[in-house]
Amino acid sequence: MPDGTCARPLQADLPAGGRAILPLSGRGLKVMHDGRALLDLEEIQLSGQGLTAVMGPNGAGKSLLLRVLAGLVTPGRGAVLWGEVPPRRDLRNRLGFVFQNPVLLRRSALANVAYVLSHAGLSRKQARSEARSVLVRARLGHLADRPARLLSGGEQQRLALARALALTPEVLFLDEPTASLDPASTLAIEEMIGAARRGGTRLVLVSHDAGQARRLADEILFLHRGRLIEHSRAEAFFEAPASREARAYLAGEILL
Amino acid sequence: MQDFGAAFLHAFELLLSFDPDLMEIVGLSLEVSLIAVAIAAIVGMPLGALLAVLRFPGRGAVLVVLNAFMGLPPVVVGLMVYLLLSRAGPLGLLQLLYTPAAMIVAQCLLVMPIVAALTRQTVEDLHREYDEQLRAFGIGPLGRVATLLWDGRYSLLTALLAGFGRASAEVGAVLIVGGNIDHVTRVMTTAIALETSKGNLALALGLGVVLILIAMAVNALVLALRNTADRLSYA
Ligand SMILES: Nc1ncnc2c1ncn2[C@@H]1O[C@H](COP(=O)(O)OP(=O)(O)OP(=O)(O)O)[C@@H](O)[C@H]1O
Ligand SMILES: [Mg+2]
Repeated sequence: MPDGTCARPLQADLPAGGRAILPLSGRGLKVMHDGRALLDLEEIQLSGQGLTAVMGPNGAGKSLLLRVLAGLVTPGRGAVLWGEVPPRRDLRNRLGFVFQNPVLLRRSALANVAYVLSHAGLSRKQARSEARSVLVRARLGHLADRPARLLSGGEQQRLALARALALTPEVLFLDEPTASLDPASTLAIEEMIGAARRGGTRLVLVSHDAGQARRLADEILFLHRGRLIEHSRAEAFFEAPASREARAYLAGEILL
Repeated sequence: MQDFGAAFLHAFELLLSFDPDLMEIVGLSLEVSLIAVAIAAIVGMPLGALLAVLRFPGRGAVLVVLNAFMGLPPVVVGLMVYLLLSRAGPLGLLQLLYTPAAMIVAQCLLVMPIVAALTRQTVEDLHREYDEQLRAFGIGPLGRVATLLWDGRYSLLTALLAGFGRASAEVGAVLIVGGNIDHVTRVMTTAIALETSKGNLALALGLGVVLILIAMAVNALVLALRNTADRLSYA
């Protein structure tokens, strides 16, 4: 079966040690707009294993931070490094991104997954058969031939996640992947996240759901008005947040 | 009025009997216009998509020129192609003047800006939606063009339709470079003009009816395809 031969198609292309993106670091990151700092971070580094949850009120800059780290937005000041190099297009398929509003191609669910696989160098046939097993693993096998855009919101999120995981990325950014999903779909997504983490993918998750962050996260980044207010181990953060802002946010107060 | 009614009757007789002269003219018209649109699409669609995806200095000016070229007068294009292909012209050695090939070249030049400009618009809208996702996938400009053209394929039918409409309806360009030679370069529009001036209203009317029927059939086909696409959320 092609499954055995091409399930990890890119491993061979990786430099020794198999890590191209990690450690991922940002230094002196600043994004300005109309004289306002949308993002202003001194230092941030992702390495090793596990899941980092990014929390903070609406407009805090969480999505923007993910975009900057993923090399999709170039900061006005400061720099992001993937390993030792600035973000490069040929490294992108080592990195996955599930957007707050995922964009599914106007194709079948299967073709959406096959798309990323064939762009990573698989033949059309290999890509399709590998895509099918990706969907089956995500328990979306029965939807393979349905137009992706006719799937339900929850199914679309799971498809976007399965697509992002198809190349077993080194780092995966998830921007509120379970916002507006029911408990069952949320559970399905969290299971996929758990499996990815066991597979060695470094995860960064934006979530407003404290319960979810508690379940999944090893460490928490708490952002407020573009600044990193708190960076702590998850248990410590939920037990006793160090900052007034985080305490208020967790207590459900409205932060201004 | 009587004339008109008789002409109509006679026109339908010609149509229903598949009059060979009429069929020959219809066949050549379709051949010339379809080939012209196909070539215009093969060149114009990637060009339009590239213009939608790339940002370069002078892009605005290119778009203005392209959009203006959508309205090129057929006789002017005919004249240009005539000058190119005439015996003394730069491509005179090819001896293409007064052949269907010359008509294809002329119509292709007329249609290409339409296809490219409409493609640019459609693809640009789609690109706005896909841009960040495709960047996250690490897709380069050429991959983007291919992806956007494929995912926009049903919307892009409209561009082809506009191109075909333009090609099949114009008289000026094919008349100048084709010469309306019987059994060689006579197409529906040039034949209608000629037969009308000769007072042969039946043939002219018959051809006019065919022209309209073809336009309707092509439109219906495109509409059906687009409806299917809408149903599948592919459009
Ligand atoms: N391209 C942009 N141009 C101008 N302002 C922007 C741009 N992108 C983001 N912003 C602004 O930056 C701030 C942070 O936006 P961001 O999307 O990162 O917030 P967020 O923390 O993800 O919020 P939410 O929880 O609502 O998703 C917001 O005030 C937003 O209006
Ligand atoms: Mg956000």
